[in-house]
Amino acid sequence: MTLQINRVTKRFGKFTAVDDLSIEIPEKQIFGFLGANGAGKTTTFRMILGLLDPTEGKITWEGKPINYDRTDEIGYLPEERGLYPKLKVKDQIVYLGRLRGMEKKEILVELNKWLERFNITDYLEKKVEELSKGNQQKIQFISAVIHKPRLLILDEPFSGLDPVNVELLKNAVIALKEEGTSIVFSSHQMSTVEELCEYLCIMQHGKPIVHGSLKEIKRSFGKKNLFIHADFDLTFLKDLPGVVSQKLFPEGCKLQIEDESVSQSILEAVHKKGFVRKFALEEPSLNDIFIEKVGESYA
Amino acid sequence: MHKFWIVLSQTYTSRFKSKSFIITTLLFIAFVILAGNLDRIINLFANDDVENIAVIDETDQLYSMLEEQVEWSELDFALEDYQGTLEQAEEAVLAGEFVGVLHLQSDDELFLAEYYTDQLLNQSYQAQLTNFLQQIKVVMATNEAGIDPAVIESIYEPVSFETVAIELPDGTTARSEEEIGVTRGLVYVMLFVLYFAVINYGNMIAMDIANEKSSRVMEILISSSAPISQMFAKIIGIALLGLTQILIFIVAAYYMIQSRQSDFVGEFFEVFGFSDISISTYVYAVVFFLLGYLLYATLFAMLGSLVSRVEDVGQLMTPIILLIVAAFMISMFGINLPESGFVTITSYIPFFTPLVMFLRIGLLDIPIWEVALSIAILVGSIIILGVIGARVYRGGVLMYGRGVSLKDFKRALQLSKKDQ
Repeated sequence: MTLQINRVTKRFGKFTAVDDLSIEIPEKQIFGFLGANGAGKTTTFRMILGLLDPTEGKITWEGKPINYDRTDEIGYLPEERGLYPKLKVKDQIVYLGRLRGMEKKEILVELNKWLERFNITDYLEKKVEELSKGNQQKIQFISAVIHKPRLLILDEPFSGLDPVNVELLKNAVIALKEEGTSIVFSSHQMSTVEELCEYLCIMQHGKPIVHGSLKEIKRSFGKKNLFIHADFDLTFLKDLPGVVSQKLFPEGCKLQIEDESVSQSILEAVHKKGFVRKFALEEPSLNDIFIEKVGESYA
Repeated sequence: MHKFWIVLSQTYTSRFKSKSFIITTLLFIAFVILAGNLDRIINLFANDDVENIAVIDETDQLYSMLEEQVEWSELDFALEDYQGTLEQAEEAVLAGEFVGVLHLQSDDELFLAEYYTDQLLNQSYQAQLTNFLQQIKVVMATNEAGIDPAVIESIYEPVSFETVAIELPDGTTARSEEEIGVTRGLVYVMLFVLYFAVINYGNMIAMDIANEKSSRVMEILISSSAPISQMFAKIIGIALLGLTQILIFIVAAYYMIQSRQSDFVGEFFEVFGFSDISISTYVYAVVFFLLGYLLYATLFAMLGSLVSRVEDVGQLMTPIILLIVAAFMISMFGINLPESGFVTITSYIPFFTPLVMFLRIGLLDIPIWEVALSIAILVGSIIILGVIGARVYRGGVLMYGRGVSLKDFKRALQLSKKDQ
């Protein structure tokens, strides 16, 4: 069964935060929400969690609405750090874990496992305010997953982290997925979403612009990227039929072409000119799709 | 229900273990011990030296009478029959040997007295000496006139005046004066305790909630358990904490009184005589205290969820403090005029009921239905406030703005609405 968002609209007075959103989020996969700030990602998450009620429409998980009887099966990492600054890591996780229906003993066993995994075993007795931002985020992450939720919602989990910590958390997310957790997360780092998600949804002004599986989205986007490195001037390629845009680099250029077949005529054109060191046809990056769909203004 | 207890115990234990709680409790115990031993402490600093006053008696009969009086009254000064001249005595005063010189001379009318001193600020010796001399003068004058001392005694005897309560048709009597006095004492105690509890523990609730909001842990909390159960778990957790603290104070005060039973302090409490009050008054005191606390605590919890920074808590404390101060003023007024219409009306206004209605119950004989009605209104308001509070709480915890306004209140209600 899946998480179903069925024609959901959320209005705050005259402002529409989420507008007629319908998405099915598959089970045991990683689903990415993309969107500029204010696109409605956090509001959508809050509605999934039941913190806000939709103005219209319905959200169901495994056929039933989410309410306080089922919160023990859900994990949530909010966008902002949400921890008691004055509480020790141990007390903090024990309290939050108990609120998710765990026993103290269990929590301590799990907590130690996670601290070891993140290499921060010394922090068990430290107050949260004494930790660095990255380490606070790790604690926040532990508090979201300690009760082994079946549905995990991560709101901007990687924002403000250094690359090492991003890698650490990413691996943890992938491991959880492999254990069978359904994960929904939001981000505006395209590369992370590309790396993690099989399914995604790009939102703008509360509306889904694109959604589906990553492969399909890329395929249906049509346009491809063509990377050419050559010794001669490549500017003439811009005027060939089927070329959408060109970006010049010192050692060559990147062309966006309408579809794969265009590449063949370009190959012929450059072949005649001289020595070509690189000629590569690539899928469009998520960044390309995002910029095209959401508009240049965001980039 | 399980999560309710988790939040409750977390609220209780985290506060109980906090430094501020331990320090205030210890301070209060220290205060109780200090207050109980105040007389000893004052004695510790008191000057044990008995001051001497020189008396130059030219009448030759007054000194012995005066000294007898002074010795008998156990005062902090002693008299000395000075044999030198007045000038010598004055020099001795300046040298610090005496605090003053009393010069007694014969006169047409019995005698006259002069007191020479360099300490004009302290008037107590003069006052006491004047008093004694006055008595001596009365005795001497009546003796001379040949009046029987027994007659004098009967003249000075205070008039006998007693208030008696008339028996009512149903066989009971109106409240006796002692009973009312004692009830007044209890009303004062209740006023103080409720005022202290509302401000202190109400503030704790608002702070706790504002803290959770500003640290954004609230979002995690309300995604794991229902806001209404969280809110009441907090209110009751802090209430238990408050009761613990009050209990500690009572135990401290009890031991204090026990250890000094034989002394003045113990007597004072016996005179106060809380044991004279009927049990029902105690029950009402507890009921009104708990309901009053619940009402104000719910208000604090609701407003606490509207602010997003701990600094803003003070701002919203003011209106609630004004409410409790108003209740305090009305009770102060009502303690002397419990039967006035104003007091009767205000005793039904839920924010004033805990103090004003309790005062009326203590001082008047009011029908049970009036009490029941006021309690019903109070309980009803708590429920209404609780429902609104829980909704504001649910919406308010997702709002992060600066300051508090009525608009925020409306927005919070809107955010928590099912459908609009």
